[in-house]
Parts: sequence; C-alpha cells; structure tokens
Amino acid sequence: MDLSTQYLGLKLKNPMVPSASPLSHSVDSMKRLEDAGAAAVVMYSLFEEQIEHEAEAFDHYFAHGAQSHAEAVDYFPEASEYNLGPDQYLGLLRQAKEALGIPVIGSLNGVSTGGWVEYAAKMQQAGADAIELNVYYIPAQVKITGQEVEDRYINILHEVKNAVTIPVAVKLSPYFSSLAHFAQRLDYAGVDGLVLFNRFYQPDLDIEQLEVTPNVVLSTSEAIRLPLRWIAILRGQVRTSLAATSGVHTAVDVLKLLMAGADVTMMCSALLKHGPQRISEVLQELDRWMLEHEYVSVAQMKGSMSQNAVADPSAFERANYMKALNRYR
Amino acid sequence: MALHSEKKNGQARVMVTIDGNEAAAFVAHKLNEVIAIYPITPSSNMGEWADEWSAQGRKNLWGTVPMVVEMQSEGGAAGAVHGALQTGALSTTFTASQGLLLMIPNMFKIAGELTSTVFHIAARTVASHALSIFGDHGDVMAARSTGWGMLSSASVQEVMDFALISQASTLESRVPFLHFFDGFRTSHEVMKIEQLSDDVMRAMIDDDLVIAHRQRGLSPERPVMRGSAQNPDVFFQARETSNPFYNACPGIVQKAMDKFASLTGRQYKLFEYVGAPDAQRVLIMMGSGIETAQDTLDYLNARGEKIGMIKVRLYRPFSAESFIKALPSSAKTIAILDRTKEPGASGEPLYQDVVTSIMESVMNETSPFKKLPKIVGGRYGLSSKEFTPAMVKGILDEMKKESPKNHFTVGIYDDVTNTSLDFDPTFTIEADDVVRAIFYGLGADGTVGANKNSIKIIGEDTENWAQGYFVYDSKKSGSTTTSHLRFGPRQIHAPYLIDQANFVACHQWFFLEKYDVLKPAVQGSTFLLNSIYGPDTVWDQLPRHVQKQLIDKKMKFYVIDGYKVAQQSGMGGRVNTIMQTCFFAISGVLPKDDAIAAIKSSIKKTYGKKGESVVKKNFEAVDQTLANLFEVPIPAAVSSVIEMPPVVSERATAFVKNVTARIIAGDGDMLPVSAFPVDGTFPVGSAQWEKRNIALEIPVWESELCIQCNKCALVCPHAAIRVKAYDQAGLQDSPSTFKSMPYKGTEYKGMSYTVQVAPEDCTGCELCVEVCPAKSKSEVKVKAINMKPQQPLRELERANFDFFLNLPEVDRRTVNIETIKGSQFMQPLFEFSGACSGCGETPYVKLVSQLFGDRTIVANATGCSSIYGGNLPTTPWTKNRDGRGPAWSNSLFEDNAEFGLGMRLTVDKQTEMARELVVQLASDIGDSLVKDLLEADQSDETGIYEQRERVRELKQKLERVRNPLAKQLLSLADNLVKRSVWIMGGDGWAYDIGYGGLDHVLASGRNVNILVLDTEVYSNTGGQMSKSTPRGAIAKFAAAGKPTQKKDLALMAMTYGNVYVARVAMGANDAQTVRAFLEAEAYDGPSLIIAYSHCIAHGINMAKGMTNQKLAVDTGYWPLFRFNPMLEGDGKHPFKLDSKAPKLRLKEFTSLEVRFNMLEKSYPERAKELAELAQEDVRIRWEIYESLSRPRNGVEKKNEPATAQ
Repeated sequence: MDLSTQYLGLKLKNPMVPSASPLSHSVDSMKRLEDAGAAAVVMYSLFEEQIEHEAEAFDHYFAHGAQSHAEAVDYFPEASEYNLGPDQYLGLLRQAKEALGIPVIGSLNGVSTGGWVEYAAKMQQAGADAIELNVYYIPAQVKITGQEVEDRYINILHEVKNAVTIPVAVKLSPYFSSLAHFAQRLDYAGVDGLVLFNRFYQPDLDIEQLEVTPNVVLSTSEAIRLPLRWIAILRGQVRTSLAATSGVHTAVDVLKLLMAGADVTMMCSALLKHGPQRISEVLQELDRWMLEHEYVSVAQMKGSMSQNAVADPSAFERANYMKALNRYR
Repeated sequence: MALHSEKKNGQARVMVTIDGNEAAAFVAHKLNEVIAIYPITPSSNMGEWADEWSAQGRKNLWGTVPMVVEMQSEGGAAGAVHGALQTGALSTTFTASQGLLLMIPNMFKIAGELTSTVFHIAARTVASHALSIFGDHGDVMAARSTGWGMLSSASVQEVMDFALISQASTLESRVPFLHFFDGFRTSHEVMKIEQLSDDVMRAMIDDDLVIAHRQRGLSPERPVMRGSAQNPDVFFQARETSNPFYNACPGIVQKAMDKFASLTGRQYKLFEYVGAPDAQRVLIMMGSGIETAQDTLDYLNARGEKIGMIKVRLYRPFSAESFIKALPSSAKTIAILDRTKEPGASGEPLYQDVVTSIMESVMNETSPFKKLPKIVGGRYGLSSKEFTPAMVKGILDEMKKESPKNHFTVGIYDDVTNTSLDFDPTFTIEADDVVRAIFYGLGADGTVGANKNSIKIIGEDTENWAQGYFVYDSKKSGSTTTSHLRFGPRQIHAPYLIDQANFVACHQWFFLEKYDVLKPAVQGSTFLLNSIYGPDTVWDQLPRHVQKQLIDKKMKFYVIDGYKVAQQSGMGGRVNTIMQTCFFAISGVLPKDDAIAAIKSSIKKTYGKKGESVVKKNFEAVDQTLANLFEVPIPAAVSSVIEMPPVVSERATAFVKNVTARIIAGDGDMLPVSAFPVDGTFPVGSAQWEKRNIALEIPVWESELCIQCNKCALVCPHAAIRVKAYDQAGLQDSPSTFKSMPYKGTEYKGMSYTVQVAPEDCTGCELCVEVCPAKSKSEVKVKAINMKPQQPLRELERANFDFFLNLPEVDRRTVNIETIKGSQFMQPLFEFSGACSGCGETPYVKLVSQLFGDRTIVANATGCSSIYGGNLPTTPWTKNRDGRGPAWSNSLFEDNAEFGLGMRLTVDKQTEMARELVVQLASDIGDSLVKDLLEADQSDETGIYEQRERVRELKQKLERVRNPLAKQLLSLADNLVKRSVWIMGGDGWAYDIGYGGLDHVLASGRNVNILVLDTEVYSNTGGQMSKSTPRGAIAKFAAAGKPTQKKDLALMAMTYGNVYVARVAMGANDAQTVRAFLEAEAYDGPSLIIAYSHCIAHGINMAKGMTNQKLAVDTGYWPLFRFNPMLEGDGKHPFKLDSKAPKLRLKEFTSLEVRFNMLEKSYPERAKELAELAQEDVRIRWEIYESLSRPRNGVEKKNEPATAQ
C-alpha cells in the first residue's frame, strides 16, 4: 500500500503528522513518535510573547527583594549563562534534527514583526524542514476590522517568506467572515500550506469559585467536521498544501479527511490520550481498510470526496443544514 | 567580573571594580582545592562566590576546579577544613563573628599541628548586649590565643594582596593564618583595584611547599598518627616545640611582602610607618581605620603638623622587634586605637601589645626613646560606627594635652563614665576634585544596583578611581537605601560615609518628609529629585527645609518624573536605570554619548543573559530619560509651609520619644551612652509608633459582602488587618467613616463586627485579598476586601484604626479558640514587624502571640525572625491592656533549642517552688485557696483566667503575711499560672546548625513548643541552601541545584514516639494549622511544628504566597499531618494525615517558583534529571506517610474531626 503523500513540498511516507503539542517537548518523545510511524513532526510552538513574559518575570522575581537588606543583598546565585526560551527551543530543534530521520517542522507564534522574522530565521538555521506560523490571535478590540486582521496575517507571511527559504505553512482559526477568500489571499501570497484549524483554548467558568478557568479540553472525533468541510471546499480552489487538524483520532477520521482533500492529517489529543503508539494503530487500520476497500494509494484517495469531486457539491454548503432540518422533522 | 586593562610600566594591569569579599574569594578560590563554607554575614558572599565559580567550572591555579561544600555550621566547616588539611589538601573557609568563635577549638588544633591554611574573615562584632551584623575586631581578637597568624587588610586592594601574601606565608612558615578585614566597611565596599594575575600568584606560591604540605597529609602509604593525648609529664615541653616556627614567621611574612612588592610594586611592611619622620604624635592602629587616619594626617602634615602612624599589618605573631624599629624616636605621645572592647581588661589588645613591647624595649635597652612617651589607648568604630577624619583630628588634639585621656572612646558621647573625646564634626578633608554623591532610594526601586553599575562604569570606562558603599535600613520591606559614591583622579582612601556631598539624588519623593536629605549637601552642590511634579510646579510642593537649603546652599536643582518614564518604558516601579542616566547626564563624568553607551553596555552585561526584552525595556528607559530631565530655577525666597511631621505620635512613651524616635529619624549616632538600658533590656511594643506608610495600596473592607470568616486577619503578616466583635454601644462617637455590621453567628449574637485596616502599618502585600473567599454576586472581581490607593485613605483610616483599637478586646474566655474565626478575635501581640511584605513566616508567629501570647516566653533563634522580631529601632512584640504579653529573647543561632529548654526548666522549677511554698504557707493562705491553686484546671482560657484571679487573691493575702517565705512566694506566685515556652527559628537553625540541640531537647521530654519557620533556605543571609532545601532547587551554595532531597525532620522527630509533631501550611489548610498549634500547646511534652513558609528567597509572587502553599500541598510536595502521642495513650491512632493524595504533578507547584525554574535555564539537563527524582521523592514520601496513617491492630484510624476544608 502506498501511503505516501506530499506536504509543503516535502515527500512524506504517510499522512500521519503529530501536531504541535507537549509531546515534542523532548527529543525522546519525538523519537517515540517517529518510531510509532509519524511521517513528520510539528514541534510545540515557540511563543514570543511567552518568552518575553518569562524573561521579564524571571528578571523581576530574581531581583525582587534584592539590594534591600544588608544581610541579604540578593537571594539567588548568578549563573554564567541562562538557557532562555528561544535557546531552549532552538537547541531542542537542533537535537531533534540530529536524532530523527523524519522532517521536523518548527512552530512559531510571534507578537511583533521582528519576532516572527527573527525566530523563523533562527529555526531555519537550527535545521527546521519547514515552519508553521501559528497565528494564535483573538482580535478582541472593537476597533480592529476584519480586513486589518487578514492583512496582519498576510504581512506576517510576507515577512517570514522573505526571511527564510524553507516552506512556510499558516495555521488558521475558522473565525473569518470569508474563509475561502482569505485562504486564496494567503495562497496568492505564497503560503506553502494551510493548517485547518487551530483549536483555541476556550475559557470556562468555575461557578463555585467564581473564576474563569482556561482549562484544556481534548478533542473528540466530532471535531473533524469543521476541517473536513473547509478542506473539502478549499481542495481544488487553492494550490497550497492542506493539513487537517482537530479531532483526528481514528483511521476513519484520517480516511474522511484524506477523501475531503487533506494532504496530511495532524493528531494531537489522541496522542496525548493514548500515547505515540496510537499512530501505528491508525496506520495499521488505515492500511487494512484501504486494502479491504481496494485502494492502492493515498494519492488516489486524496480529494476524492472534496466539494469538486462529489455529486452534490451543495452538501458542503447551506443545503447540509436544510437537510438536517428536514431529517429532524 | 568586569575587566579593564591598562598599561603601566610596560606591564598589562587588570583593573576591576569589586568589593572586599570578592577580592578575598578570588584569591582563595585560585589557591585552594577544598573549600568548606557556611553562611554568616558579612562573610557569606565569599562562600557564594566560591560556590558559583566552582559551579561554573572555574579552575584554580593548578587547573582543577576547587571542591566547595557547605557544612551545617562554622564548627562543621572548621572540622571539615581540618580534615582536608590533615589529608594534605589546600583548604580554606570564610567566616565572621560567632562563626569564627565556633571555629576556635579546631583552630587550636590546626595551629598546634603546624598546618598551612588561611581563613578569610570579614571581621564582625560579637553579640553581647545585642547582636550586630556590622564590623569591628571583636571576633578576631577573641581568636588571638589560638596560635594563628593574623594579617589585617585595610582596603579592598589589600584584601586581594594579603590573601595571597598570607597564603604564601602559611605555606612557608607552617603557621596557619587568619586574614581579616573590616566587615561591611571593607567586605562590602566596592572599589577599583588591580586584580592579581595568575603569574603573580605562581611566582608567590612555591609548588615545593604545596607538595610538602601534601606530603604531610595522612596517608596509609606512610601512616602516622597525629592528635595524641599527652600527660603532665610531656605536654608542656611538646607544646614549646613550635616556638621556632613562630619566631621565624614574621620574617617569612616580610619576605613574602618584599617579593610581592617586586612583582606588583606595592610594598607592605609588618609595621608600616607613615607620616612625618619626626612626628611627635603617633597613632597605632589596624583595619580600614588606618586609611582614614592616613588621609587625615597627610592633610594635617601638609599644614605643618608633625604626625605619624604605624599601620599594623601582621598582628600575630606580634614581632616586638619590628614594631619597635618602626617607631619614630621623636614620638612624644602615642595613641593606640582598638576596634574592639574587652570589658574589665587593663586595656584593649593592641594597646596591651604596644605597651608591653615598649616596656620590654626599655627593659632590654632597645627603646628608641630618650624619654618614654605618653601612651594612651582608645576604642573606636564598634559595630561599624563611623570613624571619620573629624574623629582622628579629635584624637590628635587630645594627644596634644599634657594629660591626654587614656582608655578613651571616640565617635560616641559617653556621658556616663566620660570616656569619650570631643571632636569637631564639621572638620573635613574631602578634596575638591573628588565627586561625592549620595543617593537615597528604596530597596525595591533598584537604586543600589544602579549605583553599583555606575561605579563599575566609572571605574572601568574612565581614568577615575572610584568607590561605592551602600547603607540599608534594617527593615526587610520598604527599606531605605543610601548609596555613597566617590570618584576622582587619585586613589580613594576614605572608608567612611559621605557627609559633604556635592551631588544628592533623592529617588523617592516621600523621603523629603521623612529625612533631611539635603543635610550632607555642600555649598554649590546639585540636587536631583524624582518627582511627579514638573519643573514649573515642583517648587511649591517642596517642604520648607528643602527649599531653604536649596537657596542657602546655592544649589542646582533638577527634576525628572522617573515614575512616568518607568511606566512608559515598561519598567514598572524600578527607576534605577532612569536615575542612573540622569546622574551621568548631570555629573558630566563622561561625555553624554559615551555615558549613554556605557550605561547601555552595562545593561546588556547585567540583563543580556536573562532575556533580550529586559534589555530593550531598559534601553527604552535610558532613551526616554534625557527628554524628561529638567533644571529647576530656584526662587530667591522660601515659600513653603510644609513641615516635616513628628517622627512618632505625641502619645508615645518617653523612651520612644527620646530614644526610639531619634533612631528612626536617622539620628541614632547622636544618642549618648546614658540613653540606653545597661543590659540590653528594652520595652516591648515599639513598632506601633513607627508609622512607615510604605503601602501604595491598602485593603478596604466591603462589609456588605463579608462573611466574617476572619481569614484576612489570620494571614496578615503584619497584623495590619484586624477583627473585633463588640457591643453596639461602643459605636457611640465612632468616626463617620468607621464601618460596622451586625455579627453573624451565635457566639456574639446581637453584637457588632468590624474588619479594620491599620493604614500606616500595612505593607500592601495583598495576602488578605488573596484569601478572601467572598465575592460580589454581580461583579465577581469585587471581594469583601479590595486594594485601594493608600494616600487618600490615610487620614480617615488612621482615625478609624485608633477608634478600633480603643474598642474593648473580645473576652478570651468567650472565644471558640479552635476555629479560625475564633482565633482571630484574640489580640495579636506581634504587630507591624519589619518582615518582608507578604512574609510567609510572620502569620504563624502572630498566631502564637494570639493564642498563647499573654503567658508565653519566646526563645528565638538568630535569623529572619530574630531580625524582624528584634532589630532596632522598633520591635513588634507587644503587650495587651493588662500589661501581659510574650517575653522574648534571642541567644544565638546554634543554641536556640537549648536556650528555650533552659527557660522551660526555670518555669518548671519555679512553679514547683511556688507550689511547695503554697503548701508551706497553707495556714496563712487558707485551705480552700490552696486547694484551688494547686488543683486548678488550666486547660482553657476560663481556667487560666480563674487561676490568675486566685493568684491575685494569693498575692493580696501574702502582702499581709509576715513569714519570710511569703516574700519568696510573692516573687514566684505568677508561675502558678500555666506558662508556655515557644522555641522559634528557621530551617537553618532547626535542620542544620541547631539540629544537635534540637534533637536533644526533643528527647528531653520537657514541655516546650518548637516552631520551625521552614523557608527551605537561610533566608536572612540571602537564601543559602540548608538541609531543608528541596532537591532540584537552586540556592546560594547550591548554584547548580541541590542534588539531594530535603531532610524529613518531622519523620525523624516522630521516631521518638513521645514528641508531638505537626507539619502545617496555613495557605493550604488554616484550620489544621490552628489545631496543630493548640494541640502542641496542650501536649505536656516536646512539640515540633514544621510550618511551610513561603519566602521572598523562593522567587515568587509574594501576593500569591498562600496559593503556592496550597499547591505545595496539592502536589504532595508538603503533606500535612499531625502526630499526637496523647492519642496513643487513649488507644487511638496517633498519626493523622491531613492532606489528600497528590492530585497534581509536582511541576504545577515548582513552575511558579524561580528557585526551581531557574535551574532549567542555567543547567537544563540537570534540572530535568533532578525534577524527575523530586517527583519520585513525592511519591515515596506519600507512601511512607500513607502507610503510617493506616489503621493498626486495635487502633481506629478515624478518631477525631477532620480538619480538611
């Protein structure tokens, strides 16, 4: 069975790519992902804002209470150097490249244009095969228009593309008023791949303690519906690679997303829940199912049920809603 | 360490700007193989440097990284060094004061065995009537009988030089050396000096001597035994065998000094004569004071005087021959100055040595004098008391007299025994070309750090010589700092504070109303003020005395709104970089652009490795500064009506007004001897008079939301938020803004309830807000307590707090003491301490004072708790309206458990004596009262109250009894009321230095309560590792992270079986905490409470200290339990686990604290490994405790109410 696929111009042995998660916090666990059959790995995101925040907090608490008392002029020993956020990340990326045979994709969340460019270039230097721009951004201010939000993405993409020669993917949220149009803008701007979709950590409320609790809820297979629809719609309308993420738990999920038109399917929650071996289980099941259903390759299957390829394209649009209502009656 | 090279005489010289401790540690680390360390101020930094350098892999002269090990005490360090030396290592240690005293037994041995070593001592006062962390020679003088060589450095350069000379000398002479320099004045003075090169060190240290030392080490290849026991027949002779070594030693030291001179150009002498060759008046002294004296006599000699001085370098072995040779025959009057006091002696040590030497020279006819000069001795500079040119002048003037005063003091006013010399305090020798700058700042605003940078910049980027010295007040929160910076074209010899400043900077506006900041400003000097008022409006806001001095002294005046610039550049409250930039801009020490480049380079050096964003922020602040700096034209006339408010309230006691207030105002130096108690005994309750107003925001009570849980009062570290239930009638005449609400609950039904803040004593830590559980139903961010700006509330709340204090206290007999709510209705008798804002220790200390304070004696180990508990000017322990309260004392660091046991023994003995006398006097007292007195149940407040009433009645009766035993009983009768002894201290004491004693006291079975305020580091000395420090945390002395796990003191104590043991964390389970304190007190035997105390040394958000405590418990890092032997006696299970199995990974807790996550940044691989082991520690510890709590045969597990919340 030929499970190979192309993503961001990279030839991958199969469509299973673990997305950015704590599983890439060490070389060991990335190695386990590779051993389980992952075709590439997206490293956890380097958050510029977090790096800055950490550096400032570190400096603040390091110095807090210092130079105040004759007996305790400070409270911590000085090290000759500190391995700060970006150094740690880039060091790990470098080690991962040495230890792994599969492509390693760096993931980046910047706050300033300078940050995006600087860290993207450093990731390339550290050996990243590609970069995923994780534009994790909630436009909460009422003054900011949709146009400005889109322009911001496009600008970042331009800047980063100018700074690196490796492929650049953009991870998107689904919250755009005209996602198809925006995807096309990114496509024209030269994006090498779209990753659909970012799952924002949604706040919850603790009604006993009266606090907002930003806890992480792992996805279920239900969640693939959203990327499935949009990948099906975009496949054939944009030239760029498409990665599906959110809710990829089983071989069936993978099959559906491939048929909708994904080049790769990215797994996170299922790996956190079941461990890296989940990849090999899914790959086996994928292989078995395709054999049973007489598919010969992923390439053959890819996009076979995209909007363009199905008999009833409107099923991916409003009609689906109507049908559901009808059935409800 | 920053370097600056310059060429002189063709040789590259490396100039560095460092302090004395770093200078000593630099050489010691280069020249040793095994270094044993233990923290004690002011020497701790030497050990810290050694540990950091070894952690970083810095090598010694022979290419190997010295092994640095922290011991449990200075006694332990000396023992370890002794062992290392005996086996042939080059070994050293660093210490001061009591630490040196603990080394003395080993020092006798080391000297007796003729072992080469140098101990570096930052000489410090030995505690007597009071502890002092500051400098004098009391400690080294106490060690002068040990047989060690003693070499005294007078400046930072000499510290580096003499560290090497002493090492070379000890190797050749085999006499061990104390190399000492003045604590703080030299150990902490930052000075531009020449750093010794490896080449110089190699030339000075003879490797053959090193090998000879190594060969003398014990080895089974060539076994010997050393340390025999000898009898009267031979000990004496054998002791005299070392004489040739001591005889040769001075010559060896001089030879080393001469060789050093040939290598560096700096020539030293054992006794170095300076001044007029034909001097008639000669001073003899050692230590930093000789720098002041030399500058003064140079000044006076240049004006025609004939004065000389002998600088004593090698004090032991004292070479009388060299000393006599150094004396000028012209001397008519000799004054010997000792920086120590030996009460009862015929004179201080140096004085005695000089007198003896001169008398011997007369006897053996080597005296240079035709006529014996007048010889007087005097004391100066105890506990870093200033020693200034004016004082030197005072001594020299006295020496002119026909009969100069002998055994004098200088620098104080002794109006009791009239020892002090008069001097003219306005006499000054400061040269015009030396810039003398004083900066007033807060600890929190970074002033000292910025000034340390400035000194480095000036020292290293300009041709100037530079000096910096920093003075801190004794509070740990809101402390004021004063930085003294000098720089100029010549080397600076001025180890005294600046009182003639040509630049004064005030970094906080409120100092203007608190201190006379312009007092040291000279005519034509410059004043820089951080002010929210701009150049057009600032004048009208200045207090009158400031305006007047600006005009009278014809000063230049600049303002900057540093707060605004700091806010704009993201610096928060840290105005350090901004004020530093202003200083450079105004002082003109460097061209503007060069100055800015130098500041930026220094910022990059300081912060670069910690993150680019911090650097950017500071750069931004520098760039914005100059545009916001304005010169203010000074009007011709004073217009202000703003006066400095009185230091303390009119209602304060006479002692507070006459003594305490002057210390608070910074005039303590002016107080005469007669102002002080003769034996160190001070009245309690003085902290209430020092209104520090350091909180920017204070809690404000929203009564309508309050559920009256009293948790706010419980956690307040400063007793600045209090609760009362009182009769509604008490509200008559209340201030209009005084808040009150009906009491909720049955205990005080129908009464009123108030939560009141002490606005001027609150430090704004926010712990009360953090724990407040009551939130508004319509806007959850509003709690029953919320922080609001202090300034607008100050007056109103001051009146409210005064009114609150006058409301009657809740009757202790009515309080449900077992609840949090009840416990907080008891008056705190520990209030407004100088502890850190948000301190994790003081809530426990305060709780003891509430629950048992009116019948408690406290033994307090040295450490944070003895400093915030007992450091002048004001102290927090206080008394109630009946005049009762905790009686408090601090003995030492190492002996506190024993000290407390002694107190218990007295209480037990005197109680027994009182009971015996009651029986003997039964006929006078009456059988009924006797019976009641002897059989009283004092297990609760009612019982104690009733017993006090009986004792009152007893005393009344005894007054009328003529039997002499009645007088005895009268003096002992108070012991019939149950007393509580609390032994308190930190983990450095309990786990390390005091552990032997603590263990013994636990084993004694006596009824003492031991409270360990466990911050898991030596907090008071700056966060050094203790055996309580957890695995994987970094700390001073554990720069690479502590590799071993925390000692389980609780588990160890439980093995005795008859010790009550509790492990508590107030932030995780306050009810369990209160219960543990009550049980400990109720248990008639030794009790040990180990209290988790979050600490500024953890690198945490102190406002969230209680949350961190909760996470410590929830992750299983700090399991809560109580082990009560009493229950076993009742057939119940004595061990009760009070926390649940770990529900979170350890990381959830450790990631919040810099002490843990710093290791990830400095040594990531090691951090990971240690974090995994630490997680495993949690699992194993939980298993042990869990197994201890399992039901045993015939013993029920659940035998009492749970305290889980």
